[in-house]
Amino acid sequence: MSVLSALSDGAVIAKRNLIKIKRVPDLLVFTTLSPIMFVLLFAYVFGGAIDQQGGGQAYREFLIAGIFAQTVVFGATITGAGLAEDVKKGIIDRFRSLPMSPSAVLTGRTFSDVVNNVLVLIVMSLTGLLVGWRIRTSALEALGGFLLLLVFAYAISWVMAWVGMLVPSPEVVNNAAFIVIFPLTFVANTFVPLNTLPGPLRTFAEWNPVSAVTQGARELFGNIPPGTPPPTGWALNHPVMYTLIWAVVVLAVFVPLANAQYRRSASR
Amino acid sequence: MTYAIQARDLVKRYGDVTALDGVDLTVPTGTVLGLLGPNGAGKTTCVRILTTLLRPDAGTAEVAGVDVLADPRGVRQRIGLSGQYAAVDEYLTGFENLDMIGRLYHLGARRSRERARELLRQFRLDDAADRPAKTYSGGMRRRLDLAGALVASPPVLFLDEPTTGLDPRSRTDMWEVIQGLVAGGTTLLLTTQYLEEADLLADEIVVIDHGRIIAQGTADQLKAQVGGERLDITVADPARVGEAKRLLEPLGVGPAVVEEHRRSLLMPVSGGAAVLINALRQLDVAGIGVDDVGLRRPTLDDVFLTLTGHAAEESENAGEAVEQVREGAR
Ligand SMILES: Nc1ncnc2c1ncn2[C@@H]1O[C@H](COP(=O)(O)OP(=O)(O)O)[C@@H](O)[C@H]1O
Ligand SMILES: [Mg+2]
Repeated sequence: MSVLSALSDGAVIAKRNLIKIKRVPDLLVFTTLSPIMFVLLFAYVFGGAIDQQGGGQAYREFLIAGIFAQTVVFGATITGAGLAEDVKKGIIDRFRSLPMSPSAVLTGRTFSDVVNNVLVLIVMSLTGLLVGWRIRTSALEALGGFLLLLVFAYAISWVMAWVGMLVPSPEVVNNAAFIVIFPLTFVANTFVPLNTLPGPLRTFAEWNPVSAVTQGARELFGNIPPGTPPPTGWALNHPVMYTLIWAVVVLAVFVPLANAQYRRSASR
Repeated sequence: MTYAIQARDLVKRYGDVTALDGVDLTVPTGTVLGLLGPNGAGKTTCVRILTTLLRPDAGTAEVAGVDVLADPRGVRQRIGLSGQYAAVDEYLTGFENLDMIGRLYHLGARRSRERARELLRQFRLDDAADRPAKTYSGGMRRRLDLAGALVASPPVLFLDEPTTGLDPRSRTDMWEVIQGLVAGGTTLLLTTQYLEEADLLADEIVVIDHGRIIAQGTADQLKAQVGGERLDITVADPARVGEAKRLLEPLGVGPAVVEEHRRSLLMPVSGGAAVLINALRQLDVAGIGVDDVGLRRPTLDDVFLTLTGHAAEESENAGEAVEQVREGAR
């Protein structure tokens, strides 16, 4: 199997998934609507309480990177749910009966979900700008911030790809993912500074990769005001490095697992 | 003679369910094999093994001269599959569905597009070609799915219950399409629960039940195995069906089957019109009124009933029935 035809097969599959985004724009609307709602709710409901002197402005700036991180992580469930739906409808069987590259369905799927995430990030950045979020670094660093979010989301997509091939229905993928993703995205520095968390939760949050992505993005967007005390723990002091290590390890484990599960999968 | 499909001793277990229990199949190139059996007989399992989607626990198979287990990719290049449930992508248009499959067969962009248009025309989907498949009727989806299996003009085709769930009109349409393909020389393995479908489309029929082959041959051979004609009588008074049975059974060559709610009696006979006349005379003498009477050749429904002791739709006590058939065959 040549790499070239594997790539072209992946592109065919990615195109197919993107057509779905085009045909069902509601999908994109709803994946962006809830983060927009989150931005507004957190910014105006909690903002004032957490940041009394600033009238919420500083908190809103702090918050945006957290919401970005949470949204792209949740976005990865689309990968799993989409694959589970394809298994259920027998479309994976059809693909498996074709002489195509066996890895193309998953690479195509995870790639189109990156495109989906780019669209979501654009919509959310615009909302962020409206509520007062600003990028205070160079364009290049800001781009680095977005790339970091996308790379992390890509790795989580592969975890979800494995889950999607393993469990029988899109609903189960969603429920299973929420049970794991909610604590991961809340027991972190996404919405509150870590010094407010009690001991064990704080330790968890300090090593939680979601905290690292958030911290890394905040640094790259320049959303950490001068004079803020440095975070504790190695991970949060090297957030970009720590995030990339996580992404590489997750990919090394879950790309082969998901591919093996694809070959075994069966429609029900 | 060359064989497009050869399978030996296929076994597949799911936990304690034995889905296939040693199935042998041979399909000469250019012919149609009908794999006939009720729900849960093992038809889909068999198709999935032959199309490389599932590995058997034991057994070997060759499709289009290529070993299914050793070279699945080689097999995939030579087959088309239309699974039990139409696997069309409902967000894509009919054209996009077929074009995508062409690309995945590596036909190239131009050839894929041409082939997609060709097939849409052939399957009378050209009017709907640029509508999302979501808007298609069940029959249209089925045709689109079948078109997908034909994109690369494969020499061997697998259709798993191609007409299940279709209305009678779409079913007849589908039969015509399939007959057209077969006339073009494609080897076809077709599974079905409909006995008339196998009778109409297949050169050779394999009847399976509970993962085992219980009979095989041409439709005519199977019918012969079950005996000649059937005497089919509907009596006027439901209370007297039993009496009619006792009266007529000596005229038959096998036990009569009574369906009380339909007031009907069905019995294998030999001797043609003479038996018919004799039966009517006896009923007349006994004063049993007759609403309808006929002499007909056995259908595959009768075949199934005789072989398994149960109708194709239900499958209780099938284990016993298999034993009876085995003994009968000795
Ligand atoms: N994935 C599976 N897991 C467990 N049992 C299965 C699975 N697939 C099929 N079976 C069982 O194997 C038997 C044969 O199934 P199948 O080949 O689908 O029959 P058919 O297509 O003739 O209706 C049935 O008893 C079915 O319940
Ligand atoms: Mg089946």
